[in-house]
Amino acid sequence: MALLNIKNLTVKFATATGSFTAVDGIDVHVDRGEVLAIVGESGSGKSVSMLAVMGLLPDTATITADEMTYDGRDISDLSATERRHLIGREITMIFQEPVASLNPSFTVGFQIEEVLRLNLGLSRHEARTRALDLFRAVGIPDPETKIDAYPHQMSGGQCQRVMIAIAIASNPRLLIADEPTTALDVTIQKQILDLLMKLQEDFGMALILITHDMGVVAETADRVVVQYQGKKMEEADVLSLFEAPQSPYTRALLSALPEHATGDRLPTVSDFFSQEVAR
Amino acid sequence: MSETSNLAAPVKLSDAAIRRRMLAEFWFYFSQNRGAVIGLVVFVLLVLTAIFAGIIAPHDPTTQYREALLVPPVWAEGGNAQFLLGTDAVGRDMLSRLIFGAQYSLFIGIVVVSIALVGGIIIGLLAGFFGGWIDNVIMRMMDVILAFPSLLLALVLVAVLGPGLTNAMIAIAIVYQPHFARLTRAAVMSEMKREYVTAARVAGAGNLRLMFKTILPNCLGPLIVQATLSFSSAVLDSAALGFLGMGAQPPSPEWGTMLAEAREFILRAWWVVTFPGLAILISVLAINLMGDGLRDALDPKLKRS
Amino acid sequence: MIRFILSKFLYLIPTFIGITIIAFSFVRILPGDPVLLMAGERGVTPERHAELSAQLGYDQPIVLQYFDFLGRLLQGDMGNSLVTKKPVLDEFLTLFPATVELGLCAIIIATVIGVTVGVFAAIKRGSWFDQISMTLALVGFSMPIFWWGLLLIIFFSGILGWTPVSGRISLLYYFPNVTGFMLIDSLLSGQKGAFTSALSHLILPSLVLATIPLAVIARQTRSAMLEVMGEDYVRTARAKGMPQYRVIGIHALRNAMVPVVTTIGLQIGVLMAGAILTETIFSWPGIGKWMIDSISRRDYPVVQSGLLLIAALVMIVNLLVDLTYGLINPRIRVK
Repeated sequence: MALLNIKNLTVKFATATGSFTAVDGIDVHVDRGEVLAIVGESGSGKSVSMLAVMGLLPDTATITADEMTYDGRDISDLSATERRHLIGREITMIFQEPVASLNPSFTVGFQIEEVLRLNLGLSRHEARTRALDLFRAVGIPDPETKIDAYPHQMSGGQCQRVMIAIAIASNPRLLIADEPTTALDVTIQKQILDLLMKLQEDFGMALILITHDMGVVAETADRVVVQYQGKKMEEADVLSLFEAPQSPYTRALLSALPEHATGDRLPTVSDFFSQEVAR
Repeated sequence: MSETSNLAAPVKLSDAAIRRRMLAEFWFYFSQNRGAVIGLVVFVLLVLTAIFAGIIAPHDPTTQYREALLVPPVWAEGGNAQFLLGTDAVGRDMLSRLIFGAQYSLFIGIVVVSIALVGGIIIGLLAGFFGGWIDNVIMRMMDVILAFPSLLLALVLVAVLGPGLTNAMIAIAIVYQPHFARLTRAAVMSEMKREYVTAARVAGAGNLRLMFKTILPNCLGPLIVQATLSFSSAVLDSAALGFLGMGAQPPSPEWGTMLAEAREFILRAWWVVTFPGLAILISVLAINLMGDGLRDALDPKLKRS
Repeated sequence: MIRFILSKFLYLIPTFIGITIIAFSFVRILPGDPVLLMAGERGVTPERHAELSAQLGYDQPIVLQYFDFLGRLLQGDMGNSLVTKKPVLDEFLTLFPATVELGLCAIIIATVIGVTVGVFAAIKRGSWFDQISMTLALVGFSMPIFWWGLLLIIFFSGILGWTPVSGRISLLYYFPNVTGFMLIDSLLSGQKGAFTSALSHLILPSLVLATIPLAVIARQTRSAMLEVMGEDYVRTARAKGMPQYRVIGIHALRNAMVPVVTTIGLQIGVLMAGAILTETIFSWPGIGKWMIDSISRRDYPVVQSGLLLIAALVMIVNLLVDLTYGLINPRIRVK
């Protein structure tokens, strides 16, 4: 049974120049313990659909869907309190810019203990102990010192580890990672991905990985959704996607991978699109 | 954003078409702000009132009608249709005095802003352009002026120069001038790093030409906004000086001075106190509304893409 | 941290010297002869005039006079008032608590109401509350407070008869001056009705004085909150399932307060200027009224030292604000 099931999701934004459709009739479902990758270039609406699930979109957004269920429960019109019991406990999320995602005015310890105390009802002392455990679990060196540091005193990779620690603090069943490695150095990217995969396995949680990087998809995902300009282009398990891509857009994306490049110039998606159209 | 960068971008303003487009764009953003448009309308009315004061005003602002002292406004009990807003303690027509008062406020605003703006721009350009010890000395002096509460400094300056309208305007202008100097300096320093300045220098432009023709036009936005704000503050502060007996002297129909004369009648004749203050408030509010609109239209940072 | 404070402090010294030069030179060119003023109605013979001038040091070259002035200043000697003959510093210290009490009340009113209104206007952006409160804020910002004070007197004192027109406390009460703050002293005295009387005297002046800072703080808080609420970390707080009061009241507000605290600090100068007008309208026996009276009486030493003391005060408050800014903004503190 699907853990999260979304049918025909549409998100529109009201702007000064009229309505803009960011997500247009997308279906997403993810099973327990599954790793789903949502792939697309920036502006393809891949983050927006997940922010819609989390209820994190601004008031200018209008969300409609035929079905929006989590664990069989309808989550399309939860009250603010009901949503809070889901978000941050059952479903958690990490973001692209780890340093900006942490509050600069508070120590990272405060920011994780807050979750432990408010969401899980731990005491101040229990929260501190548990926070240190979590910091160790995500591989933050010297957690006793780091727990009292401010985000700007830590590197981007460490901040993302803190974000991950916060995200797994309440043993969620679904973790949504929105471009978790894009803002990081190449060497760190691999470490963070490995950490995410290890935690996914250890905790048995489902993981939705939003990315534009086909390389990341190949290494991690069970199943892939390809999105372009707010529409779903293709959905397939990872092997068949790489071996026999169905949509021209996916073919274009795959050809843009450096290891597929022929000639002296790296092709872009639009190169292939124009070829496809010309054919 | 790409369209709006015209204001800051190093575009040669020689082309009339570009200028017209910039104006159209400016008006688009300005007119989006309802308050700004209301402020502009009120301000234009105020200017017209000041210009045609001699024609509109029913009476001479200084003529004393001895038989009609402290007559209430026409709608109040004991009102007289001859004096629509009543008369003051020596029988002068309130409405006419208020109308002529608009001349004072606008005149004060224009003079103060002009002096402060020109002085501030020159000082700021010198500091920003030459840098080094010149910059240090100048900005230290500005810091010193800014350390005093502006009204207090203006008060003491007026006391030194002697009470009166001219001296009040000079004093207020001196106190406001550092704000313009700081703004100009900051803008100049950031513009100096841009390529077009280097290009102009390489092309052999002299210092003066660089300062006034190349750099200054590109720092105008924040200066215009500051000028608007200073205009309203000047109206307020000059009225305050008038109220304290240090600004325009009686029998000038300056609004602050009128309030000072009216003070002893506050519990007997509400109209002599209410109307001059209301006139100050409405003028200052109109200018501030315009200032908000100008800031939104001229500051690219705040614009929505 | 100590180095941070020290560097800020050193930075102020040239400004302070500038202030002394301005205070000194202004008063040197004030019209009117101080010696004649001191002699009063009876006048003075030319010999006596020269003697007095020498005694006061007015016959010295101007630069020497300045250094003499600076030297005595450093010893805490600011001269005597020409009118009351009392030391200027003593007069200042006697009147100062009245202004502090008024200013403190005003800034508390302005901060509490201004921040609350600003936060709610930001949360309910575009609502009727936002529109009305921001319109009122602009009206407050444009307010000629000397007129506003007169209006309040007409309404509350004249029509309703609720509040007194002037002074700090009713003449019925007399009690020892312990803290200099009428609200506290009246409580300490234990006299029935004394506190109410002090409060009713204080309420209108502090409302008038609070008007402009309140408007500025409300506007600044609103725009800071709007900016902060678009930040990633506020989204994170929501994603963590934090309740609304924590997202707004802790995560957003804490960061929005950084620019707001600076704004509040900058209002101290505005407050001193406002105190001059407010104290004049309400006959509040504080520094502002003292300065106005001294200027019109051409009481040189008072104007000179008052100007100096007020500027130094504003400077020190600004330094404190700077330091607070460092405290509430961890990104600066570490550097």
